[in-house]
Amino acid sequence: MSLLTVNDVSKHYAGHTALDHVSLEVNEGRIYGLLGPNGAGKTTLIRIINHITAPDSGLVSFDGHPLTQNDVVNIGYLPEERGLYKKMKVGDQALFFARLKGLSKADATARLKEWFERLEISDWWNKKVEELSKGMAQKVQFIVTVLHRPKLLIFDEPFSGFDPINANILKREILRLRSEGATVIFSTHNMSSVETICDDITLINNSRNILTGNVDEIRTRLGRDRYKITFEGDPRALLAALGDNLAEHTDEIISERENSVTLRVTPGFSRRDLLRTATDAVDVTSFGSALPSMDEIFISTVQQFNQNN
Amino acid sequence: MGNNIWLVIRREYTERVSKKSFIITTILVPLLMVLLMCVPALLAVFHTSDTQVYAVLDRSGIVAPELTDGESVTFVSVNMPLDSLKADDAFAGVLVIGSRILDNPADVQLYIHGPGSMDTESYISKQIKSIVEAKRLEAYNIANLDQILDNIRANVILSTYRLDKEDESSTSTMVCFALGIMMAFLLYMFLLIYGQMVMTSIIEEKNNRVLEIIVSSIRPEQLMLGKIVGIGLVALTQIVIWMAILSTLVGVVMPMLIPADVAAQMSALNAGSLDPASASVDIDLLQTISMLGNIGYMITLFIYLTIFLIGGFLLYATIFAAIGSAVDNIQDASQLSSIPTIPIIAAIVCATTIGTDPNSSLAMWLSMFPFTSPMIMVVRIPFGIPTWQIWVSIVILFATFLLMVWIAAKIYRVGIFMYGKKPSIKELIRWARYK
Repeated sequence: MSLLTVNDVSKHYAGHTALDHVSLEVNEGRIYGLLGPNGAGKTTLIRIINHITAPDSGLVSFDGHPLTQNDVVNIGYLPEERGLYKKMKVGDQALFFARLKGLSKADATARLKEWFERLEISDWWNKKVEELSKGMAQKVQFIVTVLHRPKLLIFDEPFSGFDPINANILKREILRLRSEGATVIFSTHNMSSVETICDDITLINNSRNILTGNVDEIRTRLGRDRYKITFEGDPRALLAALGDNLAEHTDEIISERENSVTLRVTPGFSRRDLLRTATDAVDVTSFGSALPSMDEIFISTVQQFNQNN
Repeated sequence: MGNNIWLVIRREYTERVSKKSFIITTILVPLLMVLLMCVPALLAVFHTSDTQVYAVLDRSGIVAPELTDGESVTFVSVNMPLDSLKADDAFAGVLVIGSRILDNPADVQLYIHGPGSMDTESYISKQIKSIVEAKRLEAYNIANLDQILDNIRANVILSTYRLDKEDESSTSTMVCFALGIMMAFLLYMFLLIYGQMVMTSIIEEKNNRVLEIIVSSIRPEQLMLGKIVGIGLVALTQIVIWMAILSTLVGVVMPMLIPADVAAQMSALNAGSLDPASASVDIDLLQTISMLGNIGYMITLFIYLTIFLIGGFLLYATIFAAIGSAVDNIQDASQLSSIPTIPIIAAIVCATTIGTDPNSSLAMWLSMFPFTSPMIMVVRIPFGIPTWQIWVSIVILFATFLLMVWIAAKIYRVGIFMYGKKPSIKELIRWARYK
């Protein structure tokens, strides 16, 4: 069931178009990656979902009805540029934000204590934010975002500024939140995190949705006819043997004796055909299909899109 | 959502009121004001500089016997050569009076060691003037001269009564003027300081990106209003505390310091039975004390001051809020913030002129124009202008505020998410029209 539907949304600012007929659907209980180069329109889309700005045209539905101001209590938003009042004490501040989201004082205090203990920051309660390091402040901000147990969580570059240990803690907590029923939207350029935690993605480039779908499905689809062969021998011999059946390839020298080629063959040229041709040409040590990384998908899709436009 | 605006108000209020700087200024400023009022009196007490002895070399023989010693000046008549007197350090100076002083009053010289004192010089010349004048009168040989002089001496005391007031109370224009200017100045200070506080606080929120989080929980307009109301309450708290401290000082301490005969004359003045000529104290002083002690009058003034403070603050704070939302940093703000600053300063500049003639048509119009009315109205109110004028002015002020909020909210909503470029006024107008 879809929790959030963005239907044909456009947004224009003076002089440029931030979103151009973007549609996407976020299913309940999933982690959804919102990808795209800088300035693609991700933040504008997030602001529209947060009901901060209104779209010029199109419709955003939340939980089956058109999005209204009342829905924002069911959304938790961690902006890319973290913001806290510098002069305010951590505890007071967390309480203030929690109560803005509609929690009672007692409720908010109890939950905050629990979260502060879980992230091992209990002794920061009476510190001022300006005394905290960047990573510490981000932990506070993360708690503020998720405290009111919103149905939808939106994280804009959540791992930036974290060391690997804390990034792992954060990842663990995000996955735990999902297992408790939350739906998560991730906005990021960090593709490795997309591969490991996102279920679905949408790639926005130049204000348009250029790729959308399930991560595994996209990787399999874009990885069709794509293989990686490691072998001893001359790569040129292998490529020559493949002839017209080779669509594209990248070479890599592994050691003095070993080479590796990642290649795509033309549709119709089967795995069996490829393996046979390869073993005839060179001494194959390993063979397997090569799913593209999200990084590669990101770069090639964006490049392809930019060439076509 | 109403709950949220209340949370914003409370945060703005408690964060500011619990600041040390707020507590210190709130307590210190009224004390400083009282101290400032006491300074002239204190100066008079400590003014007693050492008595200086002047040698008088009177070549006419007329002036010296009549010279009377003053508070800090003592005269000693001597008959020695001028040069030796000049050399004598025992005297602060030598006063030489010409032999034909009655015919030539300009023939007076004062030789002094070191810098002169204006007090001393004017004291000496006044003394000689009256002595010479008296001697010249004597020369006419008029019988009963002293008695005649006594008879012609007149001491005019003007007591002003208001005919348009029920009790024909005695008023002092001077006191009204002073009260009015004081209140105008107070408003001027509050509007500028607290108005700009709204602006800087918005710029700060914009800079540290707290805005994005708050605005994902509360509508931008509500955030703006909450901030304005919160900071406005801080201003109100401060002025109420100031007034409380001041009125305690005036109401409790002053009566204890007033001597009994002055108190008696004051009640006579209030009853309208005081004969000004018989008063032992300056009538202006009596009226000042009497007006300051008039609790009903002071409360009325304070209520109007508060209303105009609230109205003026709300109006200007919304303008400052719109400016704060439109820029990225204080430097960029300074240019735009001159727009609301100019009418505030213009009003305080006009205030003195208005105070000397509170019923002129200029005064009337400036006290209706919402951008100057708070400062100008509080100058006029102590003089007792018609109540309907005050209320018309208040209605205009608050109506303008509502209009301003509507415009400012639109600019604010667009402005807070505009980073990186400074908008022109033309752009601000476009934002205000933005749907």
